[in-house]
Amino acid sequence: MPTKTYIEAIREGMRDEMRRDERVILMGEDVGVKGGVFKATEGLHKEFGEMRVIDTPLAESAIVGVAIGAAINGLLPIAEIQFQDFIMPAVDQIISEAAKIRYRSNNDFNVPMVVRAPFGGGVHGALYHSQSIEAIFCGVPGLKVVVPSTPHDAKGLLRAAIRDPDPVLYFEHKRAYRLIKGEVPDGEYVEEIGKARVVREGSDIAILTYGLMTHFCADAAEKLAADGFSCEVVDLRTLRPLDREQIIASARKCGKVMVVQEANLAVSIASEVAAIVAEECFEYLDAPVMRLGGPEIPGVPFSPPLEEFYMLTPAKIETALRRLAAY
Amino acid sequence: MAITVTMPQLGESVTEGTITEWLKQPGDAVEIYESIAEVTTDKVNAEIPAPVAGTMGEHLVEKGTVVPVGGAICTMEATASAAETSTPVTENLPAEKSTPVMEHIPAAAAAPMPVAAPAASIPSGPTGTHLTPAVRMLAAEHAVDVTQLTGSGIAGRVTKKDVLEFVQRRDAAAPAAPPEPTGGVAARRAEAAAQPAPPTPSSASGDTLVPLTPMRRAIAEHMVRSRHTSPHAWTMVEVDMTKVARVRTKQRADFRKQQGVDLTFLPFVAKAVVAALRKVPTLNATWSDQGVLLRNDVNLGLAVALEDGLVVPVIKGADRLSMAGIALAAADLTDRARAGKLRIDDVEGGTFTLNNAGALGTLMSQAIINQPQAAILVMDAIVKRPVVVEDDAIAVRSMMNLCISFDHRINDGLGAARFLRSIKETLESIDDSAALW
Repeated sequence: MPTKTYIEAIREGMRDEMRRDERVILMGEDVGVKGGVFKATEGLHKEFGEMRVIDTPLAESAIVGVAIGAAINGLLPIAEIQFQDFIMPAVDQIISEAAKIRYRSNNDFNVPMVVRAPFGGGVHGALYHSQSIEAIFCGVPGLKVVVPSTPHDAKGLLRAAIRDPDPVLYFEHKRAYRLIKGEVPDGEYVEEIGKARVVREGSDIAILTYGLMTHFCADAAEKLAADGFSCEVVDLRTLRPLDREQIIASARKCGKVMVVQEANLAVSIASEVAAIVAEECFEYLDAPVMRLGGPEIPGVPFSPPLEEFYMLTPAKIETALRRLAAY
Repeated sequence: MAITVTMPQLGESVTEGTITEWLKQPGDAVEIYESIAEVTTDKVNAEIPAPVAGTMGEHLVEKGTVVPVGGAICTMEATASAAETSTPVTENLPAEKSTPVMEHIPAAAAAPMPVAAPAASIPSGPTGTHLTPAVRMLAAEHAVDVTQLTGSGIAGRVTKKDVLEFVQRRDAAAPAAPPEPTGGVAARRAEAAAQPAPPTPSSASGDTLVPLTPMRRAIAEHMVRSRHTSPHAWTMVEVDMTKVARVRTKQRADFRKQQGVDLTFLPFVAKAVVAALRKVPTLNATWSDQGVLLRNDVNLGLAVALEDGLVVPVIKGADRLSMAGIALAAADLTDRARAGKLRIDDVEGGTFTLNNAGALGTLMSQAIINQPQAAILVMDAIVKRPVVVEDDAIAVRSMMNLCISFDHRINDGLGAARFLRSIKETLESIDDSAALW
C-alpha cells in the first residue's frame, strides 16, 4: 500500500471524486491557479479547468452562499475556507441556511455541500491562523462535522463527505498536512461518517480524542504502557454525530476516561463526550471523567514560548494520564 | 443564613439511608430538633432532626432516594438568632471535599513550562471512604468485601483494578485446600477468598425478580460474612419444660394483670441464659487477633422475624433485669420491631443472641452467629412427648430442644455443653413458687 502525506490524501480524495462525478466542483480563495495556500488543490485547476475549480473573491459568506445555491441546484460543491479562523463571515450561511434548508423545505431541498477548512495551532500561525473552533458547529442539528487524523481517513472521509446528501464540515489539522504520513489504499474506499476508530486497544484508561491529538495521545499511551498502564486510544473522527456506541463501550471497559482536544474546554466536544460518559457509564466509572484541552485564553499566542505553553504536547498528555492512572 | 442538611450517621456500620417521607415541605417553619424527614436504613427507621430553627428550604432529594451518610438532603434557611447554632453543622462537612487532587499528588516531572498549563478538569480528590460506581458494581457482582482490600489509589482509595486483581487471586485460590482452623485475620481472608463468585441466575419466563430491600441486602451480606468469619459448630440438648409450663400456667393471669404483658416462655429461658453466660463467659465474648474479649455486660439480642426480613433488637443489661423486666423489655422491643419503630441504639451492642424459633413450630435449628458475637442460641418448639423419667417410668412431658451455634475459634464443645447444661438445670429445677417479679 503506498504511503502518502495527509495533504496528499486530501488532494487525491478531491481529484478522484471530481474524476468520478462531474457534478463535483471546488471553490475558494486561491484554490485554482495557485493550487491553494497549502497546495491542497495543486494540479486540480489544470486538470478540471476554471469552470470546476473556481477562484473566488475574499468573501467567505459568498463562497459558502454560492456553494449552497449550487448544491441545491444539483452540483456537489466543495467550498474551501483558507483557514478555519476565517469561517466566521460564513457562519450565518452554514448554520442559518445550509443546516436548515432540508427541514425548512420539508425535504424538497437539500444541500450536498462540503466545507473544507484547516484548523489548529503549533505552526506559529498566531491568533488568526491557529484556532480550533469546531465546537461552534457541533451543536447544530442539520450539520455533520468530520475531523480525520490519518491520510487513510482523510481520503475515505472526504469521499463520504462529498457523497453525503447534506452539508458536511470537513476540518483538517494544518500541522498534520505534511507531518502525518500513512498508508492509503488504492481504489475507491469510503469511510463511514459517524464511526470512531480504536487506534490502540487498552483496559485502564479510555482516551477519547480527535485530530492531531490522536497522534499525541497514542505517543503518550505508549509511554504509559512501559509502566504497565494500558490506555485505549479512540479517534472520534466524526464530531457530529458522535459515535456514542464506541464512546460508551470504551468508557465502560476502562472505567477511567480522559477526553483530549486541542480546543479550549468550555462548551466543547470534550464537554459533550464527558456528558455522554456521565449519562451512560456512571456505574462503570472508577474515576471522575477528566478533560484535557487548551487554556481559556482568547487566542493561540504568536510568541514561541507562549505558543508552546498554549499547545498540548505528548508530554503534557502523559502527565495528565499519569495523574488519572494514579487516582 | 442558608445551610445544607446532610444525612446523619445513623449507626456504626450504616453507610446510607432512604428518605421515606418528608415531614416538612419547602417554606414550612421548623423548630430546632423538630423532625424534618423519616429515614429507613438497613437497620432501623429514624427521623432526622432539624439542626437549626428556621424555614425549610429545598428538598435536594426526592422521597425514596437512597442518600449516603454525609450526603446533602435539603437546605434550610436559619432564623437570624439561630444562625450561630448552625455553625457546627457546616463544620461537620469533611474538609477534604474541597481539596483539589493536585495537592495529594507528587509534583509533576520537571518541565520548562508548567505542565498543568493546558486547561484540565481536575478530578476532586477521593475521601478514601467513598467507593466509585465501578468499584461498587464489581464488589457486588463478585461478592467482595471492599473493606478487606488495600487500596492502591490516591489516599488509599480502592480502585477497580484492586477489586479485579483480588477477584483474580481469589478465583485462582478457590480450588486450594481450606485453611488451617487457627483463626486470625489471614485465615479468615483466605477462607473468604476461597469462596467462588456466585453464578448469575438465568431466568425463565414467568419468573419474577424481587428487588432487594436494604434489609434483605444487609441480611445477605451479614450471613455470608458470618459464615466466612466464624467456623460454626453446633450442638443441642433437650430440656424438660414441664415445670416451667406449670409455673407459667399458674402465674399467667396475675402476670398479665400486674405487668400488662403476656407471660411467654421466653423470659424463663432468657433469665436462665443470662445466668449461664455468667458461668461460661467465653460465650459472651468477641474474637480478636489480640485475644478473646470477654464482655462485661450481657446485652441479649432477640431475633424478631418480620414478614420481609429479620431484625435483632437488644435487651441492654439483661443481667440486671428480673424475669418481669426481661418480659417487658422483650415485649416492647418486639412490638416496636414489628411496627418498624426501632431506634439505632435498640439494635446495637448485642453480646449474645437468643432466637425463639419455637414460636414458629420448628424442632431443631442451626442458626448463623450474629457477628461479632461468640454464639447464638435457639429455643425450639415445646412439644409434649413420652419420655423416660425416674425409675424407668414413661411419662408425658413438655420437651424443648435448645440448639447452639458457636464460634469454634473461641469455644470448644466443653464450654458449649456446660452452658447448655446450666440452662437446662435452671429450667428443669424451677421452683413452683418462684417469684417472677
